[in-house]
Amino acid sequence: MKRVYVNEKWCLGCHLCEYYCAFANSGKSSMVKALKDHKIAPRIKIEERNNISFAVSCRHCEDPLCVKGCISGALTVVDGAVHIDSNKCVGCYTCILSCPYGALSTSNEGAIQKCELCQKNEHGKPMCVQGCPNKAIVYEER
Amino acid sequence: MNYVIIGNGTAATGVIEGIRVVDHESPITVISSEPYPVYGRPLISYMLLGKTTEEKMLQYRPTDFYEKNGVTTMLGKTVSAVDSAAKTVTLESGEVIPYDKLCIATGSRPFVPPMDGLDSVEAQTPFMTLDHAKRLRELLGEGKDKRVLIVGAGLIGLKCAEGIINLAQSITVCDLAPRILPNVLEEHPASIIQKHIEKQGVKFLLNDSVAHFEPNQAQMKSGAVVDFDVLVVAVGVRPNTDLAAMAGCEVNRGILLNDHMQTSVPDIYAAGDCTVSHDIAAETDRILAILPNAYMQGETAGMNMAGGNRAFDKSIPMNASGFMGLHMITAGSYEGEAYIVEDEDSYKMLVTKDDRLRGFILIGDVERAGIYTSLIREKTPLSSIDFDLIKERPQLMAFSSTERVHKLGRAH
Repeated sequence: MKRVYVNEKWCLGCHLCEYYCAFANSGKSSMVKALKDHKIAPRIKIEERNNISFAVSCRHCEDPLCVKGCISGALTVVDGAVHIDSNKCVGCYTCILSCPYGALSTSNEGAIQKCELCQKNEHGKPMCVQGCPNKAIVYEER
Repeated sequence: MNYVIIGNGTAATGVIEGIRVVDHESPITVISSEPYPVYGRPLISYMLLGKTTEEKMLQYRPTDFYEKNGVTTMLGKTVSAVDSAAKTVTLESGEVIPYDKLCIATGSRPFVPPMDGLDSVEAQTPFMTLDHAKRLRELLGEGKDKRVLIVGAGLIGLKCAEGIINLAQSITVCDLAPRILPNVLEEHPASIIQKHIEKQGVKFLLNDSVAHFEPNQAQMKSGAVVDFDVLVVAVGVRPNTDLAAMAGCEVNRGILLNDHMQTSVPDIYAAGDCTVSHDIAAETDRILAILPNAYMQGETAGMNMAGGNRAFDKSIPMNASGFMGLHMITAGSYEGEAYIVEDEDSYKMLVTKDDRLRGFILIGDVERAGIYTSLIREKTPLSSIDFDLIKERPQLMAFSSTERVHKLGRAH
């Protein structure tokens, strides 16, 4: 299955992936409408320190602890990708307790949010990858 | 192969999904006293709070889950005996069901200690099952005029309090222990959560217990008197081990297992709240009645029942919970050297021992807590990471660049 992979050697720390992610999941037609005057809450996040930076998003594990521990059945695996049904999520944060990568996060709506590989928005493939200017984030089979 | 599962909770779901990883064909029978398809038990408080509905709760797995997995369900039926020599289970109705591989996933039941006069209280309920939640909802009515006494300030009692915060006139919670959440928190963090819950109007009577019940009144050992309309007994839970004992399985408070979830009796497995787990954080055997553990045990049992070879040896106590908007995540053991950071909005305690993270408590800011959990679960030597960074916050930056390449550049 194709997944998002990160190569920290190529990461510029520009945070564009975060902006593309926020835009992709905003439901808005343009980046300006999605991002201007908004505090973004992306599902991919940059860690940075000194000269090192890299993006972290859901690994879509084959054996996902978040899905197995989910108390409501809101997290499921669909064709290898881990999806969240925010209608079922009660915001208990057991997945945040479980994920070894820290890849799920809280949201203002109560339910948790996570990378769904842009499969549920109109873009269809990961926008963070398309937005990365230096190919530090790729979407491929490994 | 003929698989039988007693119980239909999260552990049983793990068993079904575990079996089907290995064996796509053989019939599975699930027998459960409860009349419902599987639901996540912790959801009952969220249902009362209005964060989910009964209909959504019962969608823990899709409606066609049993059919798609070739499972025959016998719901609302209670098993009365297990004969491990004949390899059969017998229902209360007298019906006998043979098995080749059996999994006991009978869960736990509310523990109600003897309390003087308790039987005279008509309007009372435990708080563990969907039916308990429905009964409580009915007892509260629509008037927001009921005074509620909850006996037990553990997770069940406090989640119950949160669930009914908008449905009751007043809520009082009492506990024999000197602090709330005695099994999950240390004294100071417990007091943080307690203050927060008190701000929502909930009253606590700690270090105190009921000496005598009248139908609408509790006389406390301290001399205090609590008038109530509805009583919730949430003192604790006990594993359901009777059937396992009857089958000849070794039982010590809970059913004893090896790391393949096998009991001491051939072809009988067990999983979930009815079992004893090995807690790798505290390096001790204990009952870990928590949902993710139940699933992992169930899945492991299922795979092995179907002829696979899977061990589960990563049990730790862990809880994610929120009380009226204040979130808390805890895991592991608190025995060791503590590192504590506290500010106005949040509290963090990390506990280390012998070059390993053993446990943590996070209140308020709980983001990325799973990075801490994985350090405990994987027994990561702290000397192999930048512990100063980990103390600051959970982050992958604390791992070596090689380890980061492994985490972010490979399929998992």
